[in-house]
Amino acid sequence: MQRILEHPILGPLPEEEKVTIYVDGEPVEARKGEMIAATLMATGKPYFRKTVKRHEPRSIFCGIGRCTDCVMTVNGIPNVRTCVTAVEDGMVIETQMGFGDWGGNDSK
Amino acid sequence: MMERDIVVIGSGPAGLCAAIEAAEAGAKVLLVDENAKPGGQLFKQIHKFFGSREHSAGVRGIDIGTLLLKKAEDLNIEVWLNTEACGIFDQDKVWVVRDKSKSMTIHAKRIILATGANENVVNFPGWTLPGVMGAGAAQTMINIHRVLPGKKILMIGSGNVGVIVSYQLLQAGAEVKAVVEAAPQLGGYGVHTAKVRRAGVPFYTGHTVLEARGTDHVESAVIVQLDASWKPIAGTEFELDVDTICIAAGLTPAVELAFGAGCRSVNSPVLGGLVPWHDQRMCTSIPSIYIAGDVSGVEEASTAMEEGRMAGLSAADSLGYLEESRYKARFEAINHNLLALRSGMFGQKRRDAKEAIMAASKG
Repeated sequence: MQRILEHPILGPLPEEEKVTIYVDGEPVEARKGEMIAATLMATGKPYFRKTVKRHEPRSIFCGIGRCTDCVMTVNGIPNVRTCVTAVEDGMVIETQMGFGDWGGNDSK
Repeated sequence: MMERDIVVIGSGPAGLCAAIEAAEAGAKVLLVDENAKPGGQLFKQIHKFFGSREHSAGVRGIDIGTLLLKKAEDLNIEVWLNTEACGIFDQDKVWVVRDKSKSMTIHAKRIILATGANENVVNFPGWTLPGVMGAGAAQTMINIHRVLPGKKILMIGSGNVGVIVSYQLLQAGAEVKAVVEAAPQLGGYGVHTAKVRRAGVPFYTGHTVLEARGTDHVESAVIVQLDASWKPIAGTEFELDVDTICIAAGLTPAVELAFGAGCRSVNSPVLGGLVPWHDQRMCTSIPSIYIAGDVSGVEEASTAMEEGRMAGLSAADSLGYLEESRYKARFEAINHNLLALRSGMFGQKRRDAKEAIMAASKG
């Protein structure tokens, strides 16, 4: 959606180093150390994954690592909770379809 | 095997206070938390707290958190972050996984569980659509991550969480289209509710959400009036133009570790459902396991802090760290604060529920 640049209690958004992550192949600028879900929500990504059977979209629900609704494939590893995983420069994030792909022969 | 006097699980308000109280008594404390930062949900509480001056009333949760962390640091409390507590065995062994890779078991003479609570959901068609989220999740997004989850918000639930987060969403620059409350009356403290009302947000009591509409994200919500038996009244439906629906329908104690360890449970509907049985000292049915905060029954951060102090004090005392006179003085002081927090129109109900848990059979 958008970042909160000014806040009546918390003040202006502090300066932060920028890193680049790749979301479904596209470079996206992120604030160093922030959670992946925060970056994606700031850029307005409508959904983070689609469910196994009915291919329904999902995004964050609890935002604190409990519900696992926001999981995505991060650096090739599926089911990473994006709300409690910090961005790193060069990180590769993929919208996860179903269970995701672990690679290898046993994943199909 | 590594050994510690007391292992505290969870570094929110209850866990931090438990660790501080026990360390002040002289116990060797290890505080573990699965998150990268300590403080639990305290740092998203940017509003001023209630209670008396001893409870830091009038101070914002975020500032209380900073003070507690400073105190823990001054006491040299050992803190392990990015550490998930996965289970408790033989009543005194805590299995943890550090940094998602290192598995180890710690022998803990005493364990204090301060694991908090999880947000409840309300099921309605469309509730799994992106844009439907816990009110606490929205609060985390705006106050911790400084990102708006949406621009046009519908809040379900008018309890304290519902109205406080509504106000904080307004502060963050969102538009709150409505607060919907299924009960016939509003649920939150007047001072928080009034701030949202003054901002012009409509409140609908005796209403609920019937449906969230949208394809890949919430595009609107359908609201309906409820009759005296909480059934939707046909013909009263109307649609609200919102992109986000926040659910503030209470919390459920995070009891997995406690019940996995074999702690006796008691049902307390007022305090969020099944909770571990415990006594005034915050000791569970297993003598080596103590609890504090929302896991022992959902209340507020101020009570969680006092319960944490009580658990820390009791656990340290059971290991012989306190002179009787000092123990008694601290017990009386903490208990006095707890009783003060559980008085009045909202507090008495929680006090009765708490006493019912303690009066229940220990099993």
